[in-house]
Amino acid sequence: MRTISASDIHDTVRDMIMDACRLLNPEVEEALQKGYEAEESESAREVLKQLLDNAELARNTKLPLCQDTGVAIFFVEFGEDLKISDGSLTDILNRAMVEGYDKGFLRKSLCHPLTRKNTGDNTPAVIHTELVPGDGLKIRFMPKGGGSENMSKIAMLKPAQGWAGIKDFVIRTMAEAGPNPCPPTVVGVGIGGTFDLAPTLAKEALFRPIGTPNPDPELDAMEKELLGAINELGIGPMGLGGKTTSLDVKIEMHPCHIASLPVAVNVQCHSHRTREVEI
Amino acid sequence: MAVYNLNAPLTDEDVARLHAGDVVYLTGTIYTARDAAHKRLIDSLDKGEELPFELQGAVIYYVGPAPAPPGCAIGAAGPTTSGRMDVYAPRLHSLGVKASIGKGKRTDEVREALKKYTGVYFGATGGAGALLSQRIEAAEVIAYEELGPEAIRKLTVRDFPLLVVNDCHGGEQYAKPAYDL
Repeated sequence: MRTISASDIHDTVRDMIMDACRLLNPEVEEALQKGYEAEESESAREVLKQLLDNAELARNTKLPLCQDTGVAIFFVEFGEDLKISDGSLTDILNRAMVEGYDKGFLRKSLCHPLTRKNTGDNTPAVIHTELVPGDGLKIRFMPKGGGSENMSKIAMLKPAQGWAGIKDFVIRTMAEAGPNPCPPTVVGVGIGGTFDLAPTLAKEALFRPIGTPNPDPELDAMEKELLGAINELGIGPMGLGGKTTSLDVKIEMHPCHIASLPVAVNVQCHSHRTREVEI
Repeated sequence: MAVYNLNAPLTDEDVARLHAGDVVYLTGTIYTARDAAHKRLIDSLDKGEELPFELQGAVIYYVGPAPAPPGCAIGAAGPTTSGRMDVYAPRLHSLGVKASIGKGKRTDEVREALKKYTGVYFGATGGAGALLSQRIEAAEVIAYEELGPEAIRKLTVRDFPLLVVNDCHGGEQYAKPAYDL
């Protein structure tokens, strides 16, 4: 049994939250740069240039990349042989999040669903926890903006619809989203599982970095096919037309009921903020 | 495609010469409002109350800025998705609002209102919140402070970079996806 204290987690999580919102992931910046070089239309190039300038400015100031610093989402792998001596994981993550959002000049974006009253400190975080063998602690963080999340969808397809049905659902979702989710997007796809698991798979899929191929060759081919089809839509950066509609597609798949074929699409904006730490 | 330097508030003449695809650098006074502030404005109109700013010629920026770091007029301040304000926009245009700034598609009702009342919908680059904040010289909360990021702010902007997405002649700049929706 390994024992750690709340303070071992708190500062690391606080800092990774501030970094995620301010420092564009290098592979995202590289993908935007490639898009800039590939685009021919003036408006597409102008949008991508502004995004690259924006990344540089955020890096050199205390400003976050985007004012929508999102819902704080954590995916935690918690070792069965690990104990936190002085606090609950949920409390620690929320406290670190509140401090990170305060010190990082990040917007507090959560509210009561009906009265719309802001909770004031961006709480509560959404925390997915999985118990795993060993005494490790892996925490992944994604601040998720509302514009892209609103364009996300789930479908309970008929098994007979198969890959053709999945492909059509994903492409239709992105065509309907058009300029709204801040393209160029990153597209997380969850195939299988249940009504609740498919969207979680889609979100978790987004943590695999852009340009890192799916280790399963079959899924890798499916991802490339979807990315090609989405970029054929011609939506382009901020919907103004062009070749760069999505930077990447990420699939996670899971067995499902013999009667079901759930598919979820979690749309992610071009800021694509993710971080991961092991403690 | 033309490039214009315009001053806010805007006039009918300013708006009428703009066409989808034109670039506009906007200087002057504009107002922020997003979901919650729009609801309050419409409630006030229904009750016959005075509004916190003059609608005639107004430019409304759909934005909920991040907190300002020391030395900055405002924090990151890029556009939010405009479609959520579509239900309110035609009425505001009918009362003199000339332009909105946001990102994403508008409904047929909004596009019709732009034609009927000589209005324009500007796109700003979504996700470029740090960059766009540099063109905002001053920000002051003028109403609904309790709404936090959703409070109405009076902004002084200089050369704020915009693209005409929907003009008052029925033009639209967004690409039509190659998919039969």
